[in-house]
Amino acid sequence: MTEQRSQAEIVRQSLKKRYRKERRFRLYGMVAIFIALASLFILFADIINKGHTGFIKTTITLDVSLDGEQMYLTDPTDAEQRSMADFSAPIIAALEELIPGTETGAQRRELKGLVGNYAPNEISDLLRANPELLNTTQTFEFQAHDQVSVYVKHADDPKYSIRLSEQQQEWVDYLQGQGVIDTSFNDTLFQRGDSRDPGNAGILGAIVGSLLTMLVTLVISFPMGIAAAVYLEEFAPQNKITDFIEVNINNLAAVPSIIFGLLGLAVFIGLFGMPRSIPVVGGLVLALMTLPTIIISSRAAIKSVPPSIREAAEGIGASKMQVVLHHVIPLAMPGMLTGSIIGMAQALGETAPLLLIGMVAFIVDVPEGFFDSATVLPVQIYLWASSSEQGFIELASAGIMVLLTFMISMNALAIWLRKRLERRW
Amino acid sequence: MQTAHLLLLILVLTPVAYSLALMRSRAVAEPLGGIRNLKALPFYYAARAALWCAIPALIVLGVWAAFEGRVIQALVIASLPQDAWPEGAGRASLMLSQISNVAAGKLDATMVPDYIAAASSVLEDLRDRSENFKATLVILIAILGAAFAWTRVAAHINARENVERALRWTFFFCAAVAVLTTAGIVFSVLFETLRFFERVPISDFLFSTSWSPQTALRADQVGSEGAFGVIPLFTGTLLISAIALLVAVPTGLLSAVYLSEYASKRARSVIKPLMELLAGIPTVVYGFFAALTVAPFIRDLASMVGLEASSQSALAAGLVMGIMIIPFVSSLSDDVINAVPQAMRDGSLALGATQSETMKKVIFPAALPGIMGGILLAASRAIGETMIVVMAAGLAANLTANPLESVTTVTVQIASLLVGDQEFDSAKTLSAFALGALLFIVTLALNVVALKIVRKYREQYD
Repeated sequence: MTEQRSQAEIVRQSLKKRYRKERRFRLYGMVAIFIALASLFILFADIINKGHTGFIKTTITLDVSLDGEQMYLTDPTDAEQRSMADFSAPIIAALEELIPGTETGAQRRELKGLVGNYAPNEISDLLRANPELLNTTQTFEFQAHDQVSVYVKHADDPKYSIRLSEQQQEWVDYLQGQGVIDTSFNDTLFQRGDSRDPGNAGILGAIVGSLLTMLVTLVISFPMGIAAAVYLEEFAPQNKITDFIEVNINNLAAVPSIIFGLLGLAVFIGLFGMPRSIPVVGGLVLALMTLPTIIISSRAAIKSVPPSIREAAEGIGASKMQVVLHHVIPLAMPGMLTGSIIGMAQALGETAPLLLIGMVAFIVDVPEGFFDSATVLPVQIYLWASSSEQGFIELASAGIMVLLTFMISMNALAIWLRKRLERRW
Repeated sequence: MQTAHLLLLILVLTPVAYSLALMRSRAVAEPLGGIRNLKALPFYYAARAALWCAIPALIVLGVWAAFEGRVIQALVIASLPQDAWPEGAGRASLMLSQISNVAAGKLDATMVPDYIAAASSVLEDLRDRSENFKATLVILIAILGAAFAWTRVAAHINARENVERALRWTFFFCAAVAVLTTAGIVFSVLFETLRFFERVPISDFLFSTSWSPQTALRADQVGSEGAFGVIPLFTGTLLISAIALLVAVPTGLLSAVYLSEYASKRARSVIKPLMELLAGIPTVVYGFFAALTVAPFIRDLASMVGLEASSQSALAAGLVMGIMIIPFVSSLSDDVINAVPQAMRDGSLALGATQSETMKKVIFPAALPGIMGGILLAASRAIGETMIVVMAAGLAANLTANPLESVTTVTVQIASLLVGDQEFDSAKTLSAFALGALLFIVTLALNVVALKIVRKYREQYD
């Protein structure tokens, strides 16, 4: 009796400690989840904080008098004359009119530093297209110079260094008060390809490149993945060859993506002599990379189709292939689609293998076909992120926001499809 | 005719073959008293015709397109006069690009030596001939295939069996692509690696402690050899992966435990998708975060406590990589923990153990092999990860265990050696493939072991 009581006593005494341990353990779990979610939150906040200004552009709106004499231009259709003409002179003149008391050459140079590097080209392009506008006054909305843009957007942010002279800063403040310098939504971002000048750089080229590459990946990996899954689930005999194929698929799913880049470099570019940095090669490499993911998820989808369906179809005289094509694949399609969309989202964010097959080139033009040199969105982000110019960092963050929007909507689509179409048997 | 046009043409011819065979099979069936007297439905005769039309033509087209460029290049080189033959692959590719530029009109023919101009006309001629021949051959094969199938529309032939067999083989081929991919990886990496070991002895590669892959411009330059010792790269990789695992394993494991044992259903339905979101973020985004936010933060923090940290510290890359792997570890652990039979849990709780005691003393030991497998898979993930380290870790190969210093990794070196202009055939370029081979072998070994452990563990409780 006494011994029993003492045992109960011991248990009771230790209870407090044990409950404390229990609470502590629970707390550890909560802390772990907190760490994970906090990192997610910090990551998103950081990128939005860095990138939201990428969606804003700084413009200078000027009434420019296109004085032929000032530009040394009499005939805008003449290419040789255009190449010799001074298209920045009227811009400087327009600025001088707004800011009184700028006479010296140094001041004029500083004035010129307010507008973007491509502003003279805009005038040149306009005159080439409409020669009759020579000697008229036109209103232009120029991109402000990168440094002006940094000053306007980040004057209070100590992380950005302002590289404008005191004089220029004064002018910019003045012009902002006049409404000449203004900020608006950065439509350039969605209308252009890459550029050396952050103000003129856009992600359209990268988005189109990504789309072309993904199209190649989809066309190859989706049917192939489904066919392979069907073979392995429905037709494959139990033998060494099947085992070998399965082992291969499982291992390929875990091979680092950069190895696929080596494969693409050695086989598609080295052996087949395909050109570098084209969407077709990128798409092929990514297709090989996503294939295992699609196969594995498609197999799971096929497995979930109940055998009674197959037996019923066979019972009324369908051949094995008819059972598969008419019943199993349609019923497994939602699951296969879900898996494929998730695989495609992965491929969309993949960067490393594309670096090796040369999709990192500086490409200004928006690609027009599968054989045009192109880059893709994640690679564009990488290129901008490794640039030293401040303007590109916010563009990279803005690009990340666009990329994440794509990925999240693809994943949401997959979840919606799964919820909507998947049948529980 | 260009490949794309030919593809379109095949795309047009195939439905034609299909409908012709369909009509033919109906016509054959008519005198016999309806399609019930055919061995297969008209659809199958038609489908067979479509297959016969498209598949052989596509195969020929694919093979042709894959090797056309190579063969033409070789023929152009062979057409050059003996004394102009290029030495080395680098010269050859330079010459070829010159020739094709002349052919494309980008380069004036008067600006280049005569033999280049001559070769460019040879090139154009060969291209023309190749294109014509390819077009004729492909169209001929497509039509012949369709015609053959058309003649084989007869009541006694079971077209369904033919079509199904063809489909079955197609399915098998698609499954076998995985094997082909593995073979492609092994051979492409293997050949270049063997060529690399012809220049640099394998013992130097594996055991030397210095890595500086620059090759000299002149033969007599100081340090012209370049050093190809993989040890500093490997220790760098291990350092960063170890930091990543130190972050990811406890966090992932504990959050999996909390989610599966403690969290309410509602909390789980919110937290799980968020964790999956963490897994879905592209690595380039993590790289950006590591390089531009975490690394400067760590450097400032270290200088505040009086330590010197590199702006490309291993710690930054490792921490962010750890965050990236958290969902991976947590979902694997979740699977493993859920696979432990409920009876063990109930038994422990019935004996009066608290939930945490059950977890620590019963479930965890039971799930340990599976968790180990999961950790190995996570390690292989960390070792093979590229973008985070390319953006946030350095290029200099330091042999150090200090996480505040900058180290480089195998993947960083592969990427930096192969991005941009490459010298053909130099030890520098080839070394990237040797590193790739090493990476492939290590990750493969980790995966094989991990999968074996996980499978064995599953069998134990199934």
